[in-house]
Amino acid sequence: MTSADMTTAEPGVGTAAPRRVAPRKKRGNSIPVGIVGWIVGIVFFFPVLWMVLTSFKTEAQAYTNTPSLIFSPTLSQYKTVFSSGIWPYVANSAFATIVSTILVLLLATPCAFALSLRPVRKTRDVLFFFISTKMLPVVAAIIPIYIAARDLHMLDNIFTLVILYTAMNLPIAVWMMRSFFLEVPGELLEAAEMDGAPLRRTVTEVILPVVAPGLAATALICCIFAWNEFFFAVNLTATQAATVPVFLVGFISSEGLYFAQLAAAATVATLPVILAGWVAQRQLVRGLSFGAIK
Amino acid sequence: MARGRDTGLTAARTPASPLSRRAFLAGASGGAALALAGCATGAKQLFSGGNSGTTITVAIVSNSQMQDAISLSHLFEQQHPGIHLSFVSLPENEARAKITADVSTKGGEFDVVMISNYETPMWAANGWLVNLQPYINATPGYDAGDFLPQLRATLSHKGDLYSVPFYGESSFLMYRKDLMAQAGIKMPARPTWTQVEKIAAQMHNAKKGRAGICLRGDPGWGENLAPMNTVINSFGGRWFTPAWQAQLTSPEVTRAVSTYVSVLQKYGEPGAPQAGFSECATLYGQGDAAMWYDATSAVSVIEDPQSSKVAGRNGYAWAPSQDGHPAGWLYTWSLAIPATSPHKQAAWDFVAWMTSKSYIRTVGSKLGWSHVPPGSRFSSYQIPQYKKLSAVYGPLTLQSINATNSAHPTVKPVPYTGVQFLDIPEFQDLGTTVSQQFSAAIAGQQSVGSALSQAQQYAQVVGDTYRNA
Repeated sequence: MTSADMTTAEPGVGTAAPRRVAPRKKRGNSIPVGIVGWIVGIVFFFPVLWMVLTSFKTEAQAYTNTPSLIFSPTLSQYKTVFSSGIWPYVANSAFATIVSTILVLLLATPCAFALSLRPVRKTRDVLFFFISTKMLPVVAAIIPIYIAARDLHMLDNIFTLVILYTAMNLPIAVWMMRSFFLEVPGELLEAAEMDGAPLRRTVTEVILPVVAPGLAATALICCIFAWNEFFFAVNLTATQAATVPVFLVGFISSEGLYFAQLAAAATVATLPVILAGWVAQRQLVRGLSFGAIK
Repeated sequence: MARGRDTGLTAARTPASPLSRRAFLAGASGGAALALAGCATGAKQLFSGGNSGTTITVAIVSNSQMQDAISLSHLFEQQHPGIHLSFVSLPENEARAKITADVSTKGGEFDVVMISNYETPMWAANGWLVNLQPYINATPGYDAGDFLPQLRATLSHKGDLYSVPFYGESSFLMYRKDLMAQAGIKMPARPTWTQVEKIAAQMHNAKKGRAGICLRGDPGWGENLAPMNTVINSFGGRWFTPAWQAQLTSPEVTRAVSTYVSVLQKYGEPGAPQAGFSECATLYGQGDAAMWYDATSAVSVIEDPQSSKVAGRNGYAWAPSQDGHPAGWLYTWSLAIPATSPHKQAAWDFVAWMTSKSYIRTVGSKLGWSHVPPGSRFSSYQIPQYKKLSAVYGPLTLQSINATNSAHPTVKPVPYTGVQFLDIPEFQDLGTTVSQQFSAAIAGQQSVGSALSQAQQYAQVVGDTYRNA
C-alpha cells in the first residue's frame, strides 16, 4: 500500500492518527517557478501576438528587415480577407468540426466507459489497436482515400471530411475519456448500484457529471484538431467543401509579398478556437488537470 | 491516484456555477449558430447542382496576377450569363500536387487548371489534356500568333497548343543603379559570373547589413535549382549525356555549382540556405542587397512603390553567363482543360477570356498597368501605358524570353528538354533531392564535391531507368 493510499483508506479509524498534510512549499521556490512560467507563457504567446500585430501592417511594413513595433495600423488586410469570400470556408469548417466532434463524443464515451469501468479480456489490446491507427502517417493513406472518395463520388463533399475527422479524432478521444473514467471513484458506482439505479441513470446522473470537465477538454481538443486540419481538406476538397485552412494558404504566393494578408487571415481563422477555449476555460482547466494529459 | 480521486470527488461536489451555465449556454448557442451556418452551406452544396447554367471549376496558383483574374472574373460572368465560375486558389506546391492528383487519376474535379511548361508536354502526350488548337482556330480574334514563340513551343505537343500562356518569365540580373554609381561600378549589359562575383565582392558590406547579391538557396526543384541550373547550363554543364549517363560530377558542373555556392557564401544574404524568391524580394526591396538574380516577374515586387523602397532605382542586365553560353530560364503559367471536363466549350470560353488581348487591357484599365500579366503576348508591350511603365525592364524581359531554347538548353547535346528543369516525370523528386544536397553545401554542412557526388548517384538511378527502357 502506498502512502497515497494510506491517506484515503479508512478515514474514520484511528482518530488519534494525525491527518497527513502536504508540506507547504517554501515561497522562495515559487518565485523562480513563476518567472519560468511567465517566460514560457510569453514564448508561447509571442508568435500569436506577432501574428496579430502583423495583420495590422501593410505588406511593406510587414517585411521590414528590422521588425517595427510602432507603426500606423491599417485594417486593409482584414478588408481584403473579408472581401475574399471567407464565410463559406468558415461555415464548412464549423460544420465539419461540430458534427465530427459530436459524433466522436457519441462514439468515444460509451467505448471509453466500457474499456475503463467494465474492462474485459484483451482490453489493453483493443486500446493499443485504437492508438495504432494514429501511427500510420496520413500521407501514406491519402491515395487510397482519394481513390475511394473519387469512386464514391465523395470528392469535394463536406461529409467526407466529417467522416475522416471523426475517424481521426476517435482514438484520441477514447484514450482521453478512458483516463477520465478511471478517475471516477468506485464508491460512487457502488452507491448507485446499491440504490438500484439502472446503467443509463448511473451514466447520465452519476458518472457524466463527474467527467464533465474531461468531456469538455476532449471536445475542445477534437474541435481544435478538426478546425486546424489541412491535409485531408486540401487534397479532398475543391470549391464546395473547402475549409478555413485551405482558404488561409490561398494567401501564400510564391512570387509576391503576403505576410500581412496571411496574418490577418490567420487571426480571423484562430478566433473561433480561441473563443471556444475562452468559453470553456473553466471546464478545460479542470479537465486538463486530471486524466491522461495531466 | 489519490490526487486524482480527490480531484474527481471535488469535481463531483462542486455545484455548477451560474458562470459555467452562462458559458455553457453561450458555447451551445454559438455552436448551434455555426452548425446552422454549416448546414446552410451543406444544403447549398447539396442543391448547387440545381443552379441554371454551367459551373466551371478553375484551379489556379495563388500568385498576385491570378488573384487579379479572380477579382475581375465577374466581368466574364456578365459577358457569359450561362457560365458560373468557381475558383480554387492554392500556393504553387499545393496547387501542383492537387492538380496532378486530379488530372492523373481522372478525378474530374476541375474544368480548367493552371499548369506550367513542365507539365504541359508530358500531360498532353499522356492524353490527359484537351487539344486546344481546334478551339483556338474556331475563336476569331484570339490571335495565338501573338504569344511569344518560345512559350508556344514549350506548351505544344505535335504542333498543337495544349495550354495557353497566362504569363511568362525568364531570368535576369537586377541591380541597384544608385549604389553602383556611388561605387563607380558599371554593370555590363551581359555580365559573366566572374564579373558578378567581383561586383558582389565590391558591393558586399556586412557592417551596413547589405548583401552583395541575393540568390536562392532554399531546397526545391523550383527553388535553388532553377537559378542553379541556368548557371550549370552557362558553364557548359548538363545533367545527362544523350545515353542517359549522369554528368553531375563533370568539371563544368563542378565549376558552376562551386561558383554559385562560393558567391552565395561569401557575398550572399544571411540565412541563404533558407532564402527563396520571397526572402530575396524582401531583402532586395528593402534595400539590403545590391544585386538579385531571379525571375523577370520580380519587377512586380521591386518596382512597386507600395512594397519596395528601391522602386525606380533599379537597373537590369541579362542573366549572367559564362563563355557566352545560354543563361536565362523559361517558365510560364498557362491554362489547360483536363480531358475529364464535361464542360469543355464553357471552359475554353473562360480560358480564352483570361488569356486574351482584351483581358490585358481590362487589367491595365481596372487595376493599374503594373498588374498586367507580363511576358505572354507581344501586343502587351505595344500598349502605350504599359510600354511606358515597363520601359526599363520590358524590352529585356521580352529579349530574355526570346533568347531561351528549351529544346536545346545546353551547349552539349542532352536527351531532355527544359531549361531550368528536365521535362521528365522523375525530375520533381530528383530535382528536389539534388537541391537539398546543394542547400546543404550552401549551409556549409558538406563540400560541393560531396554534394555533387551524392547528386550524381541519385541522377544515375534515374538515368538507368531510361537506359534500360
